Amino acid sequence: MLQFFRRALGDILGNRFLNAVTVITVALSVLMIGVFVLFFINADALMDSWTKGIRIMAYLDSGTPEEKISEIKASIERIKGIETVRFISKKEAIEQLKNQMTHQASLFENLKENPLPDAFEIQMAELSRNREDFDEAARQISALPSVEEVEYGQKWLERFSDMLNLFKASGYAMGGLFFLAAVFFVANTIRLVIYSRRDEIEIMRLVGASESFIKDPFYIQSLIQGALGGLIGLGALLAVFRFVTGEWRLGIGNWKLETASNFNFLLSNFQLRFLPSEIIAGILLGSMFVGWAGCYLSLKQFLKL
Amino acid sequence: MIDVSFDIYENEFLFITGASGAGKTTLMKLLYLGEPVSEGQIIVEGLNLSRIPRKRIPMLRRKFGIIFQDYKLIHTKNVFDNIAIALEAVGTKSRLVGKKVRSVVRTVGMEGKLKSFPPGLSGGEQQRIAVARAIAGDPRIIIADEPTGSLDAESAKVIFGLLKSFHDRGGTVIIATHDTELIRKTGGRVILLEQGRLQSSTLIPKPA
Repeated sequence: MLQFFRRALGDILGNRFLNAVTVITVALSVLMIGVFVLFFINADALMDSWTKGIRIMAYLDSGTPEEKISEIKASIERIKGIETVRFISKKEAIEQLKNQMTHQASLFENLKENPLPDAFEIQMAELSRNREDFDEAARQISALPSVEEVEYGQKWLERFSDMLNLFKASGYAMGGLFFLAAVFFVANTIRLVIYSRRDEIEIMRLVGASESFIKDPFYIQSLIQGALGGLIGLGALLAVFRFVTGEWRLGIGNWKLETASNFNFLLSNFQLRFLPSEIIAGILLGSMFVGWAGCYLSLKQFLKL
Repeated sequence: MIDVSFDIYENEFLFITGASGAGKTTLMKLLYLGEPVSEGQIIVEGLNLSRIPRKRIPMLRRKFGIIFQDYKLIHTKNVFDNIAIALEAVGTKSRLVGKKVRSVVRTVGMEGKLKSFPPGLSGGEQQRIAVARAIAGDPRIIIADEPTGSLDAESAKVIFGLLKSFHDRGGTVIIATHDTELIRKTGGRVILLEQGRLQSSTLIPKPA
């Protein structure tokens, strides 16, 4: 095995440029795929945190009598998955609004009557904070008498989810393309190495070298290419991630701070995360698989023993 | 090959001769499955080559040391590595490789050229290295296809001397050649081929 490694390393050093191009191609593929994976992981986590923070607002018909309100509250509390139900009177609602809009206080001065409806703020139980349970609870609440409208941000959640799915589809397509490109480059490198060593291979065959003695160094070479490409790609991804999340300040920190503050309302209580270790291991194994697959194709095509 | 049937015995010195295109090289290649056996049977030490699984072909080839007219040395490797790679290929332990290489290089009288590269050697020297590589794996049979075809008379004599000494140590030697002078000087059985057919099998006595 040691001599296979020696021969594989010899080939890598003997064809430095070609191997460097292959490693860079694998690294770029890993970087692009990594960016997508990183985006999906964080987008999923963000969506999850938004879903967890969502409360259902049930607005009542104006003039709903007080005794009916407690009945409605009891009905809502009986719906599966609901944890807390809090009544917000129209008076409390306008006070809250005034507090939130202190700079636009003049808007409220000309109001002759409170335009806001009475409402219930409903929070789902931990286990029911998912889209299906939200949809079902909202449907049941809106069917209750005196409930005029139910709102829980379903439209933008749906839009975000659809957008995310679209990104996922394009991510898969891009990932597939990069995978094929990387396999192609590895296959090409191995093919050229086979070509440059064809005399040696023929001689090895004639002296009785086993198939594995001839092929294994090529596989080792391509696995090294894949692993190196994977490590460089993941390293670059980590550098980009640290730069974007502000862990590295490279002189344009102002832009970062402004950008971050613009999105604070969306990102509050949300921490961007790098790839978990199992995904890193998966990507590294994947990049080695790319090397192996490229080598396999080349050997199958050009090294029929 | 058409209707060719003959036996080769252990420790025999056998010449296969005939005009160019008679089938000498094809016959040699069939012995180590450099060409597939499409019809008939070839049996080497009990192995039927028409039925041998692909995976066992390397084991068959390890029985032979093969020498070519064009030497087939790796030009980018020095003499030591050219022989070492053949030993490594057949699974010789790393610690024995160096010892073995030095020993066979001494046998062919090239001990001063271990670090030389083939393009810097004469044809005769390259063929001596090829012989060293062929005998390095301790084969029982040497197959040599026109081993002296590109050599001057003096170098050819040296190569034949090496093959004869392998034979004297109990090995079997099969040589394809059309050099009748060398056949006459060496002696042994001669198989004559003509257009892929066996014409004759004659025993030439060793010169006194």
